[in-house]
Order: sequence, then structure tokens, then C-alpha cells
Amino acid sequence: MSTRSRSGRQYWVALRAMVVFTVVLGIGYTAVVTGIGQLALPAQAGGQPVSDADGQVVGSALIGQSFTDADGNALPQWFQSRPSAAGSGYDGTASSGSNLGPENADLIAAIGERRAAVAKLEGVSESEVPADAVTASASGLDPQISPEYARLQVARVAEARDLPEAKVSALVDSFVEGRDLGILGDPTVNVLELNLALASMAG
Amino acid sequence: MDSSLLAILQVGALALVLVAIHRPLGDYMARIYSSTKDLRVERGFYRLIGVDARAEQSWMAYLRSVLAFSLIGVLLVYALQRAQAVLPYSLGLPAVPEGLSFNTAVSFVTNTNWQSYSPEATMGYTVQLAGLAVQNFVSAAVGIAVAIALVRGLRRTRQGTLGNFWVDLTRGTLRLLLPLAALVAIVLIAGGVIQNFAGFTDVTTLSGGTQSIPGGPVASQEAIKMLGTNGGGFFNANSSHPFENPTGFTNLVQIVLMLAIPFSLPRTFGAMVGDKRQGYAILAAMAAIFVVSLTALTLFELGGAGTAPQLAGAAMEGKETRFGIAASTLFGSTSTLTSTGAVNSMHDSFTSLGGMMPMINMMLGEVAPGGVGSGLYGMLILAVIAVFIAGLLVGRTPEYLGKKLGPREIKLASLYILVTPTLVLAGTALSFAIPAIRADVEGTSILNPGLHGLSEVLYAFTSAANNNGSAFAGLTANTPWFNTALGVAMLFGRFIPIVLVLALAGSLAAQPKIPSTAGTLPTHRPQFVGLLVGVTIIVSALTYFPVLALAPLAEGL
Repeated sequence: MSTRSRSGRQYWVALRAMVVFTVVLGIGYTAVVTGIGQLALPAQAGGQPVSDADGQVVGSALIGQSFTDADGNALPQWFQSRPSAAGSGYDGTASSGSNLGPENADLIAAIGERRAAVAKLEGVSESEVPADAVTASASGLDPQISPEYARLQVARVAEARDLPEAKVSALVDSFVEGRDLGILGDPTVNVLELNLALASMAG
Repeated sequence: MDSSLLAILQVGALALVLVAIHRPLGDYMARIYSSTKDLRVERGFYRLIGVDARAEQSWMAYLRSVLAFSLIGVLLVYALQRAQAVLPYSLGLPAVPEGLSFNTAVSFVTNTNWQSYSPEATMGYTVQLAGLAVQNFVSAAVGIAVAIALVRGLRRTRQGTLGNFWVDLTRGTLRLLLPLAALVAIVLIAGGVIQNFAGFTDVTTLSGGTQSIPGGPVASQEAIKMLGTNGGGFFNANSSHPFENPTGFTNLVQIVLMLAIPFSLPRTFGAMVGDKRQGYAILAAMAAIFVVSLTALTLFELGGAGTAPQLAGAAMEGKETRFGIAASTLFGSTSTLTSTGAVNSMHDSFTSLGGMMPMINMMLGEVAPGGVGSGLYGMLILAVIAVFIAGLLVGRTPEYLGKKLGPREIKLASLYILVTPTLVLAGTALSFAIPAIRADVEGTSILNPGLHGLSEVLYAFTSAANNNGSAFAGLTANTPWFNTALGVAMLFGRFIPIVLVLALAGSLAAQPKIPSTAGTLPTHRPQFVGLLVGVTIIVSALTYFPVLALAPLAEGL
């Protein structure tokens, strides 16, 4: 057999192998995993949708959302999420970080503005504003904030909702999630879940 | 708890898991690739594709099969993207343009998984599954097969053959990757990674806005993306997206997956050459580099130097709250020290010196522990160089595992370590040297001005030529220049080294085994591990220091 026909045969073998792999790995594998996931773990596989008191789905426990008015101003009755670089903010079709570098002038200016805005909104000094409140996350869909940032917002939310501050503070504490296995990642507060509980509390 | 202590505890937990799994997994892989028995389903598969599983291949025949299989893969993934408009489950997305289709097809076949596009806005489910997920499996299996062929070359004496590519490919896929990926995909779903075909769901948010929440078969992709050190995300934000990587637990699972096979293959190597100590020497060199590099990145990010991080109070731009800094740097180090290239934080927004570490990781050639297969063959090439240098120092003919390293072997190994630096430096230089391209690169592609912009381009070519796939993602790479140049860098960066490795394997397999004497350099002792680490670092430091000094070092110091 000549070299040419031998390598020609290789391509024929390769094509058939690729077709079989496509069926087994592309379709079969995905179908089996999806089937098991949907049957055994439907909530997780479905993205953990969460509903308000009326049973209306208002989002996913894993996907952060904005609590601002149409102009992007913070609504004082809600706990606020982090700044987001996903689309115009928490756009589920455009997950993204800002990708701005550590010396980027736009980022430096943005951090300064956010710090001033958060300090003004919460009525605290600029030095009390934590890092996650002034930085955009990697996904732009970060569902969580640090417990420090959540506690910073307690007084303002309590006032806007006419609730006792201690009650809101206790609610925040009950929503602090520790590290997985005690060592993995950082403690967090899920903003949407906290706000949902807040809404039902205000009743 | 103190953040450095947490970082150490976290690495300790990872190390425990890896120590526990490397032995059974490494031995299992040795059995897979040594066994003479075929499973019934494999016999059926060989009949279907027309392969004689008992036929041994010379290195040239083995290489022809690798290249034929990869070319067919590129053509198929290209065709699927171009036909997207008429495929089912495409979410209404149009055909992918030619340049981007070429780049993406090459990217996934070469195990790079560089993504010039935003997946949720570009790729429907059919292309993701039938095109990209399939390559996630088989490109990984190809990498392991080539590494195993090299190990056989070291083991065999006076033989002209290296095994059978189709058998190695099939066994790696069906006995190793498929069952592990299926198992882990279920674990990931339990941890919160989604797995559905729901498309986008529009909801009214709690404060009355609207949000479009994506669906998708993510967990099945995620499992093989990490296990095969591929790294191509289902979503643009990759493993920082809460649907890809929702918790600290899934984050650790993903890190373990990236390292499982690369850190177990040295054990496989040791078992297959009949001296486990040789495998552990390779493993020790990999682990030493890993620990030092991870420590550096973690310290740089915890330190938070630079104007923006200082102003913010911590280097949290481009990092997720649930991961914080330590779980972000552990992921980033792992992803760039293997050939994965997945990200759970945005490397472009790292501190200047922190952002240099992923680049250095890739510039080391991704050998600590490297991609599945490619990490082992990369480190074995460096072992050959290390033995050669030691031989020069004492004036003896170098030999490794009883194989004489003559001019042909040293030439092949030297060419191997020249390939990726040439691609990285030439690609970066051309981006700025050709006036029309420079205007496009600076006007369209670069996001961050100044030195950081040069880092973005350098990072892109480093990532492509080393088949990593991570990015300083501010760079807009979906341009004719980057789609083409990075595509070429990925192709050459994958297949020229494979040609050289297989040629080396063939030449070693043909040799007789020479008995070791008192004058033979022992290659299983700490002394050799130190030499190997030294060679790895010096080779890449000498090559890349000037360009690093121009970009991240200049910015960070």
C-alpha cells in the first residue's frame, strides 16, 4: 500500500470515529447527565428559581440582580448588590467583569465615585465602605455581598422601611453564610434572598 | 481567621484530596494503557471505524493518525458553527462568521479553548454539545495518548512501534474521561451547577426590573471542561459565573478536577517504566513549582498593590464575593499551571505583579503539572534537557532511563522548547511591528491603555501558543488579526511539539537499553528534582524576561 492511500484511510477512520464520538459524547453523555439531574436534583439543575410571597418567580438564588430605579439610582428600601459590568448591570445575557487593569484611569475614577456614592447613601464616612461595594465582580452576576457591606446598609434600609434597626440587623445576621467546610471561599450574604425575607417581613 | 492561614488550609485540603486520588487514578491509567484486552463495546467501536486494535504503529503512523483525527475535528467543528442557523436548539443564533469559526474550531481541537466570543450570545446548544463538548473529551484523550506514546518510547527497547493511537484514544475516552466526567457532572449539579435546556427565561425582578436568566446543559460541559484541562466556558464569565461555579465547594471540586489527571500521570509514568521513583521525581518537580507560583500570586493579590486596589481597599475588582482572594488565586494558578485556562476571577484586573504570574505559569511551558498528557510530555522533555546539561557538566554521555540521549534526541528536545517562545514573541512583536495591524490592535482590541495593553497582547499569544485559553479578557480578540494569528499560534503550539515528541518517542523506542553504571546520573533523587526545577525556570526566564520587563514588571514596579 502506498503512503498516500494509507493516510487517506486514516482520514476515513478519523471521520467515522468522530461521528461515533459525537453521538456518544455530545448527545448520549449530555442526555444521561441531564436526565439524572432533572430527575434527582430538579431544583439545582433548574437554576434554583426563587419566588416572592405571591408565588411569582422573581429570579434565581444564584444570579444577582439590581435594586435600582430606571436611572440606576439605588432604591433605599432594598439592600444593594455590588457594581456590575454585565451589560448595563446584572444582565443575564452578558456575564462579564470590567477587565479594567489596576492602573486604569477609568477604574480609579469609578471606584472613587462609587465610594462617595455609597458613603452618602449610607450616611457613613468613605473609609467605612468595604472593597466589594466599590468593585465590579468577575461575572457581573455576583449574587452576594460581604457581611460587612450588608451590615453597612442596615440603618438605611430600616429607616426607609420604617422597621426597627435591631430587627433588620438580626435578619442580616441570619443570612450570613459561612465558608464551605469552614475554609473554602469567603463568608457572604445573598442579596436577593435577604431582600425577599425583608419584603415578607415588611408584609 | 487570618487570610493567609485560610489560604494555607485551603491548599492543605486540596493536597490531601490529590494525595488520596493520585495513586488509584495513576495506577488505573497505567492499566488502561498497558492492557491487552479490549472491552466488548470497544471491539464494536473498532469494527465500526475500521481499525485493527492489535496493529502496532510506528511513530510516523501514530502521528499521521493524530493529525488526521485532529484535522477532521477542526473541519467538523468549523462546519457546525457555519451551519448554526439551520441546526436545532440554536436559540435563534445566526451562523458564526468564518474567522471566528476557524479560531474556535482550532481552539477546541488543540485543547486550548481560547474564546474570542461571548458564548451566551454566539453558540447555541447544538454547537456547544456536538462540537465543543466532544472536542473537550477527545482533545484531552489525544494529549494523554501522546504522553503515553512517549512513555512507551522510554520503556520499549529495539522496537519500531509505539502502540496504536486509535486504541489509546478510545480507551482514554471511554474508560477514563467519560465515566469520571459523568460522575463529577452529577456532583456539580448537586452543588448547584445547572443542567437544563430551558434557554433564556425572562423574569420581573424583586424591585420591578426585568432580567433574562440563562439555562443550558452546563454541568455536563463543566465536568469535562475541567477534567480534560480544556477551560472553555459555557458562559462568557467562565467559572466565575454562578451557574458554572456557584459555591466554594464547587470551586474546590473544579480545582481538583483540573489537577487530578495531570498530577496522577507521573504515577502512571513510573508504573509503566517499572520504577515508581522516576514518576515521583517528576511529580516533586511539578509540585515544587506549583507551590512557589501559587504562593507568589496569593501574596501579590492579598497585598493588593496598585492604585485601584489601594483605593478600593482590596484587589476585589473582577473577583466574586463567595471566592474572595485566596480561592480566586488558587483557581487562577491551577488553571494556568495546567493548560485549562478557565477563570473564576478576571486576570486582567489582577494587580500588576499578580497578573504577571499566570503569564509566567504558561511561559514555563505548562509543566507544573500541565495539561492532561501535555504536562507530562513537556516535563519529560525538560528532564531530557536536564540530563543533557548534567552530562555536559561532568563530561559523560547523557542517558535517561537507560536510553542514550544522542544528537538526534537532544535536537528534538531543543526544538520542542523553542516552539512556543517563538510563537509567543513573534506573535506579540508582529502585533505592534506592522503599522496597519498595530493601529487595529491599539484602536479596536486593547482595552487598557499603556503598559497594561501590551500585557493583554502578550498574554493572548502566551495563552494561545501554550494552549491554555485564559485571557486578559479586556482584549477584544474577535478581529481578523487575532482570530487568524492566535489560531495559527494554537495550531503550531499544539502540533509541532506533538510531532517532536512522537519523533523522540520513536527514536527512543528503537534504542537498546543500556545498563546503568556507577557513573549514571540517578534521576529519582532530590538532586535531580532540583536540577529539573532549575532547568525549567532558567529556560523560560532567559527567554521571557525582556518582554516581561517591558509589560507587567514595568507596570508593577
